[in-house]
Amino acid sequence: MNRKMVFYLLGRLILLEGALLVAPLLVSLVYHDLGTVPFLITIGICLGLGGALSLFCHTGDQVIFAKEGFIVTSLAWLAVSALGALPFVIAGEIPSYVDAFFETVSGFTTTGASILTDVEAMCHSMLFWRSFTHWMGGMGVLVLMVAIVPNLSGRTIHVLRAEMPGPTMGKLVPKLRDTARILYLLYMALTALEFVLLLLGGMPLFDSAVHALGTAGTGGFGIRGDSIGSYSAYEQWVIAVFMMLFGVNFNLYYLLLIRRFKPVFRSEEFWTYVCVVLAATGVITVNILPLYGNVAEATRHAFFQVNTVVSTTGFSTADFNLWPELSKAILVLLMFMGGCAGSTAGGLKVSRLVLLYKTTKRELRHLLHPRSVGVVRFEGKRVDNSVLVSVSTYFALYMGLFALFFFITSFQPGYDFTSNFTAVASCFNNIGPGLNLVGPAANFAGYTPLIKVVLSIAMLFGRLEIYPLLLSFSPSTWIKK
Amino acid sequence: MKIIVVGCGKIGEALLHTFVREGHDVVAMDNQDSVIQNLTNKYDVMCVCGNGADCETLEEAGVAEVDLLVAVTGSDEMNMLSCFLARRMGAKHTIARIRNPEYNDRSLSFMRQQLHLSMSINPELLAAQELYHMLKLPPGVKVEFFSRRMFEMIESKLKPGSPFCGIPLAELRNRHKANFLICVVQRNSQIIIPRGDFVLEPGDKIGLTAKPSEMNKLFKSMGITNRTARDVMLLGGSKTAFYLAKMLTSAGTNVKIIDTDRHVCRDLCDAIPAVSAIHGDGTHQELLLEEGLGDQDAFVALTGMDEENILVSFFATSQKVPKVIAKVNREEMAQLADQLGLDSIIRTKEIVNNVVLRYARALDSSKGSSIETLYQVMDGKAEALEFVVQQQSRVTGTALRDLAIKPNILIAGIVRERKTIIPSGEDMILPGDRVVVIAADQRLNALGDILK
Repeated sequence: MNRKMVFYLLGRLILLEGALLVAPLLVSLVYHDLGTVPFLITIGICLGLGGALSLFCHTGDQVIFAKEGFIVTSLAWLAVSALGALPFVIAGEIPSYVDAFFETVSGFTTTGASILTDVEAMCHSMLFWRSFTHWMGGMGVLVLMVAIVPNLSGRTIHVLRAEMPGPTMGKLVPKLRDTARILYLLYMALTALEFVLLLLGGMPLFDSAVHALGTAGTGGFGIRGDSIGSYSAYEQWVIAVFMMLFGVNFNLYYLLLIRRFKPVFRSEEFWTYVCVVLAATGVITVNILPLYGNVAEATRHAFFQVNTVVSTTGFSTADFNLWPELSKAILVLLMFMGGCAGSTAGGLKVSRLVLLYKTTKRELRHLLHPRSVGVVRFEGKRVDNSVLVSVSTYFALYMGLFALFFFITSFQPGYDFTSNFTAVASCFNNIGPGLNLVGPAANFAGYTPLIKVVLSIAMLFGRLEIYPLLLSFSPSTWIKK
Repeated sequence: MKIIVVGCGKIGEALLHTFVREGHDVVAMDNQDSVIQNLTNKYDVMCVCGNGADCETLEEAGVAEVDLLVAVTGSDEMNMLSCFLARRMGAKHTIARIRNPEYNDRSLSFMRQQLHLSMSINPELLAAQELYHMLKLPPGVKVEFFSRRMFEMIESKLKPGSPFCGIPLAELRNRHKANFLICVVQRNSQIIIPRGDFVLEPGDKIGLTAKPSEMNKLFKSMGITNRTARDVMLLGGSKTAFYLAKMLTSAGTNVKIIDTDRHVCRDLCDAIPAVSAIHGDGTHQELLLEEGLGDQDAFVALTGMDEENILVSFFATSQKVPKVIAKVNREEMAQLADQLGLDSIIRTKEIVNNVVLRYARALDSSKGSSIETLYQVMDGKAEALEFVVQQQSRVTGTALRDLAIKPNILIAGIVRERKTIIPSGEDMILPGDRVVVIAADQRLNALGDILK
């Protein structure tokens, strides 16, 4: 294994984090809050550590393979989360390091699950940093690194593949660097658009920025106790629609931009996603109509909550914990689905579910007609058997890990089955709120530190789609035989 | 530049590698999933899986905005169709590999015109031409031609005891009284552009330029004797062997071709009656000895298997055949064979690469001084380029010693009105000249790029 290159890339990434920490530092200077010194200290640590790593591990041999890609990705995410948690602790806003780590992992993995009991007491720069981690984690910190750090070898595709969600990764343009840039530019443009639309609706500047960043990464850290609930209907609609947009594969936006409409309108994944969202909204609207008594309001709440769950964002306009059981059941099921591959959303991904459905159909047919030869087609193309096998394996791993995390979480005293189940579902799928004790109106503060660490790991597993972390944690990766 | 490569076999992959290194936006197209998978991992290219002669696939690869499409699939017809369609769909230039001898006759230029091909390449023919030149030279020496053979550069490895070793270059030139220039040296995989005080060592691979008329004198002083090959044995009846045999027999050389396929042997005899075709397994030493390997002037191994070519070549060397050349496709094999001490290796990929790269570089370059010839020398680590100087520029009219030339660049020769000049500091470049430049570790698009 090319250890030097792994640590070199890691060093570069930590340097990049140091540079990105300048953003909240500027916010703290503008608002004159207590974030200035903690951010300065953290920037110093990042520059020192990152500089040392990239200096001492500089190597001429830049060739890496899939294995190194997985390891770089998982180490990178652990490192940025561990360092990103420092400002909270130094400033004393979140005194316990485990809590701060949970909060930062929740930020970078775009989960949005919080241990803060009183969000409104936080200072501006810390709130901004929380939402900013969503934004970077959404599209991926390593994608950002590939986009802006010069002279990385073309082999970094292994790193991107490990970080980008979805069963397969397609390039938009021949060069990896250009692909990463296009993705980030699209991402920035959409974020800016939402920011402007929120401002036009009368939302204050700081709130608009934080919510735009949180929506873009499909994160979900709010800055008010009731999340989005106290904002106007227009602002809620804007956020709901953008949550849905950020759950769509970004490749489609690029295709629209270069005026290739046919693949977009024929995208099976996109239409499945849209149909599921609309159907779920319809059923829930009817179901909660008695609670609100007003079709417009019921539709708005239903649409918002469906999108917050399906795009794995985690904002809320209503406490869906108080909704009828049918609505709650639909929302919990949608948690597992998640958004489209190649978006900033988490979950299993629509494309995987479609592929699983088609594989199952083929296998059932095969049982009835043992000699039949079946071909699975997706997005107008034949899907290779190896992709189908990897999707099925992913599903099995996903279920296994979910069971494991749920089992460990159940040791928590005083929490009921629903709370624990939805807490794990919500963290593993990078959503944020669950039901009962971890519902939209509650938070994760009550868990013991051990469970918080386990849930943080669950979030990382969910965001990186299992394989990178699983392979990095296996002893055979590190032990030389 | 945006480039599409259709067909990613051995040559396709070599082209991809070069284009990516040159910094172009490359789209690779192949109809095999596994090939595509492998390529995405190795190179920074976009891959499209599908038939290269299918409009939809070409459209997916963005053919409309493409500057150059190179079709190098296994089938000539496929390459032609793919280029034709691409051209119709908006590609600016197309290059097709056409290697069937039946197409490579008078009909080729007509076809090229009708299909609007910018260029057609025939790797086998190019390889055969290169082999033909190598057979005329002393063993262990490779040659590149510039300016319609007004100027030559040879590559050779110095053996222990060579009279070139141990003396500074400036003195060496005086001692031999020949007008030559050692322009590039490869020592332990490091490329050096030597100065006057540089001392050569045994084992160095040198690139040497001189007038063709001086070459024989130089070989003599280097202690290399040359004898024109009269009897040549070829192993394997491939297309390259066919072209080579045709050239050799028309020059009066006796050619013997050994192939395992009876039909191939019969076809060869039919096409070139002067050739004696032997049906048998050329990897059997007994057969080779029976056919008089020891009496041959040269032996060329041209089978499709690198390993076979290398091993049989070693056997031929042990039988004291003066010139032994092995065709090797895979780069790692070529390096191994080189380390093991095989003198002459021919890499088909490299030849095609040179031709296509020269074309791409010329497309990319600005007007004023276009690239006429381009050779990758020293295992691709340095380049020798020939430029035609068309107009006055910063480079012209100043003595070479006063030009601020970048490091690792050397002006190796100037051809002016059919006269070859091996330049010294006082010479200058004038409009109308052809200039040969050696560049290590950098790419030049135009002559102006040599200045700081």
